Amino acid sequence: MVLVTGRRASGRRRGRNERQSVSQLAVGVTTAPLTDSEVEEIRRDFPALQGTVNGEALAYLDSGATAQRPLSVLDAERDFLEHRNAAVHRGAHTLAGLATEAYEDARATVASFVGAQPDEIVWTSNATDSLNLVAYGMVNASRGRGGATARRFALTEGDEIVVTEAEHHANLIPWQELAALTGATLRYIPVDDDGIYQATDAAAVITDKTRVVAIAHVSNVTGFVAPVAEIVALAHQAGAVVVLDACQSAPHRRLDLPALGVDFAAFSGHKMLGPTGIGVLYGRTELLEALPPFRTGGSMISTVTMEGADYLPAPQRFEAGTQPVSQAVAIAEAVRYLEHVGLDRIEAHEEALAERMLAGLATIPGIRVVGPGAGIPRAGLVSFDVAGVHAHDVGQYLDSKGIAVRVGHHCAQPLHRRLGLTATTRASAYLYTTTAEVDRFLEAVGEVRGYFGEV
Amino acid sequence: MSGLDSLYQQVILDHSKQLSGFGELERADAERFERNPTCGDEITLQVALEPGTDRIASFGWQGRGCSISMASASVLSELAPGLTMPELQSRVDAFREMLRSRGVGEPDEEILGDAVAFQGVAKYVMRIKCAMLAWVAAEGCMVQLR
Ligand SMILES: Cc1ncc(COP(=O)(O)O)c(C=O)c1O
Repeated sequence: MVLVTGRRASGRRRGRNERQSVSQLAVGVTTAPLTDSEVEEIRRDFPALQGTVNGEALAYLDSGATAQRPLSVLDAERDFLEHRNAAVHRGAHTLAGLATEAYEDARATVASFVGAQPDEIVWTSNATDSLNLVAYGMVNASRGRGGATARRFALTEGDEIVVTEAEHHANLIPWQELAALTGATLRYIPVDDDGIYQATDAAAVITDKTRVVAIAHVSNVTGFVAPVAEIVALAHQAGAVVVLDACQSAPHRRLDLPALGVDFAAFSGHKMLGPTGIGVLYGRTELLEALPPFRTGGSMISTVTMEGADYLPAPQRFEAGTQPVSQAVAIAEAVRYLEHVGLDRIEAHEEALAERMLAGLATIPGIRVVGPGAGIPRAGLVSFDVAGVHAHDVGQYLDSKGIAVRVGHHCAQPLHRRLGLTATTRASAYLYTTTAEVDRFLEAVGEVRGYFGEV
Repeated sequence: MSGLDSLYQQVILDHSKQLSGFGELERADAERFERNPTCGDEITLQVALEPGTDRIASFGWQGRGCSISMASASVLSELAPGLTMPELQSRVDAFREMLRSRGVGEPDEEILGDAVAFQGVAKYVMRIKCAMLAWVAAEGCMVQLR
């Protein structure tokens, strides 16, 4: 599949292997999982998937960590750099105008991807950066910056910040810092033995003292899909803002952030077929207007004297310094790619693959899968423990078969501690993952305990 | 030997199943905790000297981690007793050099003993820290004892 939608095709390089635009996918017509031949067609767009590892065809099951990028995304970035590269919102020459236009077009594309308005989208360097932007904006508000309108974000002793026990460190440490710097208390929604929780567990922790609730939409370890609507209702009733870590949801399912009702949301370009070095912060207009900036400097000011400065309105106010412009262009192209395939179909495809993984793992002795059991929604990723074999060794064995998985604590140490594990092995699927790859993965996992002398 | 078998040599698999030196010493002159932040492997290693000397009497360690890090701690605790601290340091240096060699050159079996089995790790950059974990802890103990 070669994307033709919304592309400025001039100067695109495809080299010797110039291919026809196929675009046979039933765009937006169905919500059925992708067929095998559609997945094969998609895979042709991803050079990184064509390689071999240790003499075996690469089976890339680590898209939860970072996704591979299609040619159209690589080409879009290169095309921008070849024809329109300049600093944005600075300078008056023609290229500066073209670059600024491309940069703002990209913002509009990403905004509509999540159902938002362009000025509700702030470019950051990754999701971690987005979450820090909110947390440290609140630190500044707590110190009196941002005037009266920022007071809604000011925290003090007695206030509470609520996270879950399953958060990625990126959605935990900034809140620990916010608590430490303001005297507020960090509380958490506990998880059960599977690493998941119910809305009722959240109800026990969210109270009138709660000022911030920060949760992952989809857990990067368990694949658990949070009861966001219920949590938003609880939080808003308590007068708290909801910060959604959408890293593992935005790339994989249709999102309408205003409809979900969250106040802020964060995700990264590199997990959604886009480049590294760019992330997104969504914030409701009213809130972005009230939040003080975290980083300051050029490009975020209107008037500067030696004594002080007036800041620009959001989103510019949060975009100090020279911005990741070619990355913005590329993330927008990634969005077009995902939308062309169809987020509903991607979600259905990954759900089917996750079911296949779960069913297969259930037949292998000594495997403990963490996360939601049968009948509870889960995203297209599965983490598990292999009895008697450390996750690193599991991953090494799979790597020797060309299968790339993630091993370790996946930046979620508290969750692993709660589960009584130091490390797990995680396989994560994306739109380009085939059932054959899942089957190779299952076969290899079935061999692991034998190799390490556990059976 | 296949690539994987050159990493997981039998000596390593055997040690990872039968850990030498695992446990707490009754009396220790130095103790050091080391953690590999990328994978969470951790070890607490203790050293006891022969009284009045810089000769290592015994090694004890506890920890959790992959077969490479556990086997490496086990091999080290068999190698170290009886060595003086400078002798142990030279083993640590030789071990580190072997792991950084990218598989080029022959390690000195005379001074490294069973630890030469970790030669295959050199080709797996992501695992070098696993193999080094106990050895870095031993270095930390020696710094305390200096
Ligand atoms: C759930 C979740 N939150 C946050 C992050 C952090 O993303 P990044 O490292 O791109 O900032 C990740 C990815 O590692 C993640 O999976």
